[in-house]
Formats: sequence, C-alpha cells, structure tokens
Amino acid sequence: MFTLFFMDLGRKVISFMYFVGGLTNLAVQTLYFTFKPPYKSGRIIEQAKKAGYDSFPIVSLVALFIGFIFALQTAYFMQRIGSELYIASLVALSIVRELGPVITALIVAGRVGASNTAELGSMQVTEQIDALETLAENPVKYLVVPRFIALGIMLPILTLYANIIGILGSYFICTIKLGITSSMYMHVTFTSLLYKDLFTGLFKSWIFGMLIALISCYEGFNVEGGAVGVGKATTRAVVFTFIMIIAADCFFTALFYFIFP
Amino acid sequence: MIIEIHKLYKKFNNLPVLNDLSLNIDKGQTCVIIGRSGCGKSVLLKHIVGLLKPDKGKVLVNHKEVAGLSELELSSLRSKISMVFQGGALFDSMNVTENVGFSLIEHTHISQKEILERVEESLSLVGLGGIGNLMPSELSGGMKKRVALARAICIRPEIILYDEPTTGVDPIAADSINELIRSLHDKLKVTSIVVTHDMKSAYHIADKIAMMYKGRIILEGTPREIRESKDPVVHQFINGIAKGPITEAVDNFK
Repeated sequence: MFTLFFMDLGRKVISFMYFVGGLTNLAVQTLYFTFKPPYKSGRIIEQAKKAGYDSFPIVSLVALFIGFIFALQTAYFMQRIGSELYIASLVALSIVRELGPVITALIVAGRVGASNTAELGSMQVTEQIDALETLAENPVKYLVVPRFIALGIMLPILTLYANIIGILGSYFICTIKLGITSSMYMHVTFTSLLYKDLFTGLFKSWIFGMLIALISCYEGFNVEGGAVGVGKATTRAVVFTFIMIIAADCFFTALFYFIFP
Repeated sequence: MIIEIHKLYKKFNNLPVLNDLSLNIDKGQTCVIIGRSGCGKSVLLKHIVGLLKPDKGKVLVNHKEVAGLSELELSSLRSKISMVFQGGALFDSMNVTENVGFSLIEHTHISQKEILERVEESLSLVGLGGIGNLMPSELSGGMKKRVALARAICIRPEIILYDEPTTGVDPIAADSINELIRSLHDKLKVTSIVVTHDMKSAYHIADKIAMMYKGRIILEGTPREIRESKDPVVHQFINGIAKGPITEAVDNFK
C-alpha cells in the first residue's frame, strides 16, 4: 500500500520535472524566436483577435457580475458598521489589484488556452506540425510566438477593461441600491487607487498571458494518442494553467508587497 | 542528391524500431521500401528529413549528416526535400491554394501572380485543377493525398519522400499517382523514396525495392529480383500469404 503510494508519488514528481523542463525549453525557444526576424504581424493580429477581441463579451459579463456581487457582499458587512462609503474603495482596490487580473486570466485560460491546446494537439496527431517542419518552417516561430505575443498584449488590455466594468457594476449597485451619490462614489474610488495598484495588476496579467500561451502550446505539442490524447492534454493544460496562475499570483503579490509596501 | 543511411538505430519506449538499418539511394533513383504496417518505414523517412534524430548511426544527404546540420543548413536542405505524409497533413486552417503554395508564400519573394500560377500548375499535375478555394475539410481522403502531393512538388524539390501515397485512394487515382511519380522521375530526375505496401504500385514505379523487416533492410534489388526472390519472408510479403515466417513470429509470441 505504502510502496504503491510512494511509487505513484515518485512518478508524479518525475512527470512534473519533465513538465517544468519542457516548459522552460519552450519558453527559451519562444523568447529567442520572438526577437529573431523576420517578423510577421499578420498571424499576431489574427491571434490577438481570437484571444483578445473575441473574449470581450464573456469578460464583460463576468466582470459586471463580479462587480455586482462584490458590492452586495461588502455592503452586507459595511452597513452593519455604517461605513457604506468605503465599499467603493474596497471594491476598486480588490478588483484592480487582484480580482481583475486573476478572473480575466482564468477566463482566457479556459477559453483561449483550451482552444490552443486542442488546435495544436490536433495538428500534432494529424502530422501537420511535422509537415510544417518539412516545409522549412519552425513550429515554435510559426505557432507559439504569435500566440505568446498576442496573449501578452491582449490580457493586460482585457484586464484593464474588466477592471472598469467591475467597478461600474459595483457603482450601479452602490448608487441605485445603497444611496451613495455618483460623484461621491467616483471620488472615493479615484482617491483610493494609486498608480502602483494598477501597474502591479497589469504586470501580473502580462505574466499570466505569457503563461497561458506557453502552457497551452506545450501541452498541444506533446499530445500522444489521437483524439483521446487531445482531450486529456486540453484538460491538463487548463488545470496546469489555473495552478500556475494562482501560484504566480501568490508569488508576485508577495513580491510587490515587499517591494512597494 | 544521394542518400546514404548507415547502421541506423532508433528505439521508442525501449522497443527497437530501426535496428542496424543501412541503405543507399542514388541520385535520380526511385527506391520503394516495402514492409508490414508499423515496421518503422515512416520512422525511417522522418530520419531522412531530420524530423527524428537517430539513437545511433547516420543519415547522409549529399554526404552531409542530417542530424548534425545547423538550423540554417537544415532549413536549406528542407527546401530541396519534400515529404508527402500518409494522411496528407494539410493545414486545415488554410485553403488548398495556401496549402500548396505555403513554402513559396513563406520563404520566397515571388509575386502573388506567379505563386498562383505555380500552385495551379502543381494542382493540374495531380489532376485537381480549379479547387484552390476549397478547404481541406471539403476534400475526400484521396483528394487530400493528391493536394499533399501538389504541395510537395510545388517547391520543385530534388528529393520527394512519399509515405504510402496510394493507400486509401481509388485504383484510378492510385494509378495516376503512380504515373506522376514515374514522370517526375523520368522528366525531372527527382530522387524518390516511396514507402508502401501496395505491391502493384511498387513494381510500377521502382528502380529499386528494399524489403524492411524487424527494423532492417533484409533484401534490396530490382522489381524483377524481388519478384523472383526465394527469401521466405519476402515471398510471403509480396504474395500476401497469411501463413509464413512473418506471421509465425507473431503467432509464437501469442
């Protein structure tokens, strides 16, 4: 029983080491090809549209509801201590520093990351990636770099947008339901937010964007075993990306807390 | 271009797939490699084009070792070698024209008009003129194979590697593919390696046939020599007999 447990644990540790090694290798190659000419903007724009522009509706919906829910939940406690006015600052800080970047990254990881893995995985099992290589095209440069750049640019933009929509959601609840005046809400929101709050949030979302691109492409490239393999890889990509986003979030939040106290 | 394969070894999950395989193919020659499905024929092709690296041994194209080439040299080699994959491996996000003209679009500066002319010419050669706007999902299996063939010849390569070009296509299309391979050989002196288990096709196109068994080449010769071979393994394979040394090995294992 114990032997089996440790054997299983050992296998998982080894496979995790392979994952980290493979991901690092892909990251190095991606960075190398990102800066190596020729640059082809067409594929980056296509990916930016798929990853960013097409994600606006779902991000709007989720961010708006998060704003509603967060305002109502905060109001529950703030009304008890008679400090409804501080809902605005609490919501603004939480969304800009934490919820906006993380929720947006999780949505994009589920929507775009999964699609990347499934697309590249299908290409892998139908030998399209081999075909790319035989046509003298590097698969990392052709498939990963455009996704890497597009997600690195679009995720911070989506996050900024989610921040605004989230705060707007909370604004509606506070002004319509809780009787806070519009000008007062805006005033409290803007006085509580500092540039560093916005910067740290957007920096994190840039990191998350690159993580989503790398993990989803890595899993896509390593698909084995046909349609079942594609399904498994897609699940693994989403799960790993979620874990990595939360872990990176924890790391950078702690780092920024000590660097910019 | 000359292809020399010298004592090649390759294992997957500790199972030897290529085991001391040696083979030489001269410039302009059409070499057909025959053998049972899963015996490593496709793996061998992938070594020649540098998609796989050998565990031991060497593959030399024009006296240069493929595994030792730099990124730039490999890229230049691949602009002279085309490979036709078993399932076609067409890019399903692109239409037929973009697929066939892929290399010209990505790696050359020739005008769009000329690219379109070259694509149409290649498609006409495989008997599929006028389908440039279709997507791969709209094509039948046989058409996909022929489009893949058009993509391979569009760059005017010196070597073409075919992975089962006639499997899964109707007999008439299969014959026209055979004719095309033959005419590329006769007119353009293209060096070809064809992996197949379609013996009719093999006899029709080959200058040389090599039989692959247990990861190595057990016999090579002209189509006539192969047909008249007394080797029991070759005899069983080329005549498609269920009982014999090839299947005995599998039966004993069971």
